Amino acid sequence: MRSIFCSLLFPLAFAQPPDPLPVGDPVLGQRLFESQCAVCHGQTGTGGRGPNLHRAKFDHAANDAALRELIGNGLPPEMPGAWQLNPRELASVAAYVTSLGSIPVEPVPGNAQHGRQIYRTKGCAGCHMISGDGSGFGPELTTIGARRSAAHLRESIVAPEASVPDGFMLVEIVTSSGATVRGVRLNEDTFSIQIKVQKNTFYSFRKSELKTIRKLRGKSPMPSYQGAIAGDDLTDLIAYLAALRGKS
Amino acid sequence: MKTSALLLFSFSLSAQVPYDRIVNADREPGNWLTYSRNYLGHRYSPLDQITPANVAGIKVKWAYQFPDRRIETSPIVVDNVMYVTGPNSAAALDTRTGRRLWNWRRSVPSDYQSIGFGRVNRGAAILDDTVYVATLDCDLVALDMHSGLERWSTKVCDYKPGYSLTMAPLAIRGKIVVGVSGGEAGVRGFIDAYDAKTGKQAWRFWTIPGPGEPGHDTWKSDAWQTGGGSTWVTGSYDPQLNIVYWGIGNPGPDWNGDDRPGDNLYTCSLVALDGDTGKLRWHFQFTPHDTHDWDSTHVPMLFDANVRGKKRKLVGIANRNAFYYALDRESGEFIAGRPYAKQTWAKGLDDSGRPMVIPQTDPSEKGELVWPNLNGATVWFSPSYSPQTGLVYVSTRETGATYYKREAAYKPGTFFAGGGQQELPDDDVWGAVRALDATTGKMAWEFKLQSPPWAGVLSTAGGLVFSGTNEGNFFALDAKTGKSLWDLQLGGAIAANPISFTIAGRQHIAIAADRVLYVLGL
Repeated sequence: MRSIFCSLLFPLAFAQPPDPLPVGDPVLGQRLFESQCAVCHGQTGTGGRGPNLHRAKFDHAANDAALRELIGNGLPPEMPGAWQLNPRELASVAAYVTSLGSIPVEPVPGNAQHGRQIYRTKGCAGCHMISGDGSGFGPELTTIGARRSAAHLRESIVAPEASVPDGFMLVEIVTSSGATVRGVRLNEDTFSIQIKVQKNTFYSFRKSELKTIRKLRGKSPMPSYQGAIAGDDLTDLIAYLAALRGKS
Repeated sequence: MKTSALLLFSFSLSAQVPYDRIVNADREPGNWLTYSRNYLGHRYSPLDQITPANVAGIKVKWAYQFPDRRIETSPIVVDNVMYVTGPNSAAALDTRTGRRLWNWRRSVPSDYQSIGFGRVNRGAAILDDTVYVATLDCDLVALDMHSGLERWSTKVCDYKPGYSLTMAPLAIRGKIVVGVSGGEAGVRGFIDAYDAKTGKQAWRFWTIPGPGEPGHDTWKSDAWQTGGGSTWVTGSYDPQLNIVYWGIGNPGPDWNGDDRPGDNLYTCSLVALDGDTGKLRWHFQFTPHDTHDWDSTHVPMLFDANVRGKKRKLVGIANRNAFYYALDRESGEFIAGRPYAKQTWAKGLDDSGRPMVIPQTDPSEKGELVWPNLNGATVWFSPSYSPQTGLVYVSTRETGATYYKREAAYKPGTFFAGGGQQELPDDDVWGAVRALDATTGKMAWEFKLQSPPWAGVLSTAGGLVFSGTNEGNFFALDAKTGKSLWDLQLGGAIAANPISFTIAGRQHIAIAADRVLYVLGL
């Protein structure tokens, strides 16, 4: 709030060279994070009562300055502000948190332009969406290159069952009438479960209507493209996906 | 019609809640006069209109929306008026319509911070004509029950080093008892009593003994000064024995016990205090030298039962450390104890009730996987004791965590934790409502839940158990068998305690889900 106020009143201030912001030290940041943030965000930032921080972008902090401000002021009512940290410590925690989620730009071999064609011809858009095009059955891929390494992308294509993303648990349900339904779990509570079986079909069951619910751990809703996309085609597809880093 | 409405109105205005009314709460089952309905910590309603046969017919009658999220309040109901709280706020509602009669709110100071817990409030106390509310920034405030206007306000502690107040105060004869939060900030905990009329401090019990006091030798050097021992869950009271029973939180720093060798009294203990003086009658420590943040801050359940042929006055505790305990509440003697949830840190309890700790279960640099996780097998939300079934009902969390130890440097007003935990994936953890024999802790039945719960339990003379889930389900179980009888999606996580009361002679149930309080009835 205060920064908006200042920028409205004194826009010229930004024409002057600003005071250099303290540079964060991710090692110091990690130490502070582990002692003061981990109680909610988990010891390695993968989440607990607070959200998982292994992500390229944060809903409430668009850039580094906003992230420092967020850490300092908190996010009422759940997240307390780290009032006690000085600017360098804030910068350090922000640097560490940023390092958790961002995948540095790495040289990825391959022809991204050709990879884009592979993506189209192999029907990937039947399940995935990029910048609003495609289907939302599988994970959204507009910024996937900023969130996943090239190695992880390769694994996701040839062996998707190795690491099924959150929210895509495959379940197999047997109803009391004996019918078997397999789908992606959209939601589940003590009394009911909702699953998606195609991009536009979902089922909702009361658990009292079911014989069994089996979580198919180690299985992925996505088929393996091992062999179906190979060689240069695979390399190019990965190059295309690795280049998907959002607007920036 | 007009006359009866006027009579009702004037009755409300003249309502008073003298101490004797709370002692004899069972004589007026349509009201809910103290946090757990009775002093004994039962959260049991003698109302029996809603039964296993008709519970499927209950419907929402009205809802009240709070300005704040994650409402954890347990309402008080007195003669057609319900008193609810949020963080630094309280309101009186007409139980017939849910419409507000008055509202009280105080801003939270801009430099206030909750260190290790949410910005929540769990309820009010009432005595004579006054409602008592505790604020996040450490004030105990007395409000006129008819107008919501302040009578007095007393500063209980300083919020800047990390103290806070989140619990519902407990009103006993002439006094208001409160406990403090702040166990993750290295505070030195205490339990206070204040004169109900004036707000003047009546007594204080420090939960970490100072130099020269018994138990001080369970701390090394200056560690006692930052020893934690918060007291953030409302206790129980035995009016005949004039004993206040109150649970004490974890030692600080939470996960690194290197600088505080010893048992660290009275952390992770139940203390029995004289209601007039606050003097310690006895204590029982559940988790000596805790390094997993297993506060023993639970509502103690007081009941009488036959033990080996002799009638005993007992107190039952379902502990965060995953063991259930029955103690003699006159002496603190250990009667029985056993695990009621998965635990991997103790081989069991010895004859005195002390845990036989398994080596290498303390947090370490590389991490140690231990059940339960830091939130424990149960936490602040209330259990229930039903005198009808002799069972204790506990919302139980089945989850472990990898515990890490880190350096802990004390700096006032900051986390003084010395480590942390890595939780298990959501699909590997679950929960249950469990029914335990109150005297032995032996499980009678369980009803499984999708995830580890944050909601308390209500049992009723109608033979029902009510509780809620993180996913927003509010549900009723058969108190004898645990069979699910009814459930309703309330649209928000339930992290509150249910109550039961009457509107115009008809039984109702109230429960908060996220920011909405629902009232349901037939």
